[in-house]
Amino acid sequence: MAVKQKTVAESHAITGNEAVAYAMRQINPDVVAAYPITPATEIVQIFSNYHADGLVDTEMVLVESEHSAMSATIGASAAGSRAMTATSSQGLLLMHEMLYVASGTRTPIVMPVVNRAVSAPLNIHCDHSDTMGSRDSGWIQLYGENAQEGYDNLIQSIRIAEHPDVMLPVMTMTDGFITSHGMENVFLLEDEEVQAFIGGFKAAYPLLDTDNPVTFGPVDFTDYYFEHRRQVFEAMVNAKQVILDVAKEYERLTGRSYGFFETYRLDDAEMAIVVLSSAAGTTRFVVDQLRKQGMKVGMLKLRVFRPFPATELVEALKHVGAIAIMDRADSLSGEGGPVGAELRAAFYNEEKRPKAVNYIYGLGGRDVTIHHIESVYKDLANILETGVVGPTVRHLGVRE
Amino acid sequence: MSVQTLAAQEAQVGLSGEAGELIEIRWHGRGGQGAKTAALLMGEAAAGAGRYIQAFPEYGPERMGAPVVAYNRISMKPISLHCSIENPRYVAVLDTTLAGQIDFTAGIPDGGVLIVNTGWTPAEARANLGVSNPTIRVFTVNAGVIAQETIGRPIPNTPMLGALNRVAGLIDLDSLLTSVRHKLELKFRGRPEIVDGNVEAVRRAYQEVQGE
Repeated sequence: MAVKQKTVAESHAITGNEAVAYAMRQINPDVVAAYPITPATEIVQIFSNYHADGLVDTEMVLVESEHSAMSATIGASAAGSRAMTATSSQGLLLMHEMLYVASGTRTPIVMPVVNRAVSAPLNIHCDHSDTMGSRDSGWIQLYGENAQEGYDNLIQSIRIAEHPDVMLPVMTMTDGFITSHGMENVFLLEDEEVQAFIGGFKAAYPLLDTDNPVTFGPVDFTDYYFEHRRQVFEAMVNAKQVILDVAKEYERLTGRSYGFFETYRLDDAEMAIVVLSSAAGTTRFVVDQLRKQGMKVGMLKLRVFRPFPATELVEALKHVGAIAIMDRADSLSGEGGPVGAELRAAFYNEEKRPKAVNYIYGLGGRDVTIHHIESVYKDLANILETGVVGPTVRHLGVRE
Repeated sequence: MSVQTLAAQEAQVGLSGEAGELIEIRWHGRGGQGAKTAALLMGEAAAGAGRYIQAFPEYGPERMGAPVVAYNRISMKPISLHCSIENPRYVAVLDTTLAGQIDFTAGIPDGGVLIVNTGWTPAEARANLGVSNPTIRVFTVNAGVIAQETIGRPIPNTPMLGALNRVAGLIDLDSLLTSVRHKLELKFRGRPEIVDGNVEAVRRAYQEVQGE
């Protein structure tokens, strides 16, 4: 059943951080443990205002570092509560050790992350180096294009994380400053709608259930460690169906549709850009401009990077002649970025596959303009025309 | 051109017309003058009037007195662009002492509009700021003085918001005043004199802005 789309006059003009904090208030988690870091600071700052005003039942734990924030969140989640935190950049890096503990302990923590470059040199602006560095930590990763998606992804993440087939932590991303501090129209749900959607949380094995004692975080050597890590793999595979099911249900509530990715004018495209987060919006604009000039261009905006939807991506892109895979992070392998590496690997066994080039772009908040995106499509057109791929790793918008 | 004539023209070609589906605005000020807040207030007022909007500052060193730039996009259609604005139709200058280091007219397309906080006439502003493109239309309003008289401090952002909306024919005065009052009441809880002063500042600048 289609939901009536709200009119723009019913939207709220708020920033990405305000939207995420608003969702956190509506989720009303049992515990929030956090430490401030630009540009995510506002999320917890606004949430602590809600807390001070008595609008949430949350126990707030103000800790002395992000390592402690994640540790306290894991403890709270293991105890049987719905626990959240938020961070960025160096904060996420300081959590790194504990990220693996969260997924290995199967604590369904949900954490908004505002993407920011990592030191050195010191930089507070957007790129995806922070969360891409966490890609092997066993967390589900959802990337959002704008404030609306930051809001929607956070609410859906509660259901994804806590699903019995998954029981994994989820991080939901918005772009630092571009989204976190930019004001846009955001459609908000009613508090009751959010509560009805996420439901209550009942942990299967709460640590504080003293009648049914359990052990968390034991030593696990050659006897069972491998089996337990294998279960994390299974959970990540299971997450794919859960992500789609939750998205369907969310669409029934809001009219807004989500999947592993969004395709835009891709069906008959000869050239496509694969991109995630805010740069996808600018790319969508350029697709429309170039289509008016008769260029058969399209876009695929990746939302879910963990689990990596390899089969679905191949299916969506295999008919395209040439693709440009955009990475706002560099793996420093000398061979490009993480999305580029994984998407090209997904095509390895395919007979029919597009020619592919990988662009590193926007590091440290470098603006990605209409002209930049146009130049990428022109590069793709050139590849199709000449049949020559040329350099497979390129840097967009950098001074040479 | 008179303010009334331009506002009527802009309302034609602007949000409702074909030529300017996407309105882009750039605000220049110094840290502490409220350029970012002006952009946020503009965004909120336009959203309240049923527009799709963006409001975002260009983040640099956050110091009192340092140059600050903020932006708006306003449209009848959803806005997907997430890059900075290169060719704003409207540029609002909160502080003319930035002129030595910043080219206020950079990227303004032909027929664009420059609105300046100054005691100069528009013709004087055009000459003193070196606006060489004759198709750019210059407007002035003494926003600092208005702010001093209404708020008690020379913070020019809210009067400049009033002037911009008049010139650009974006949001009608009553809707603008209601939106500004609502937003400032949240920000300045228990300090109604600040809210009233700012609302009066918007109203006065809306009426006092001068065209060439």
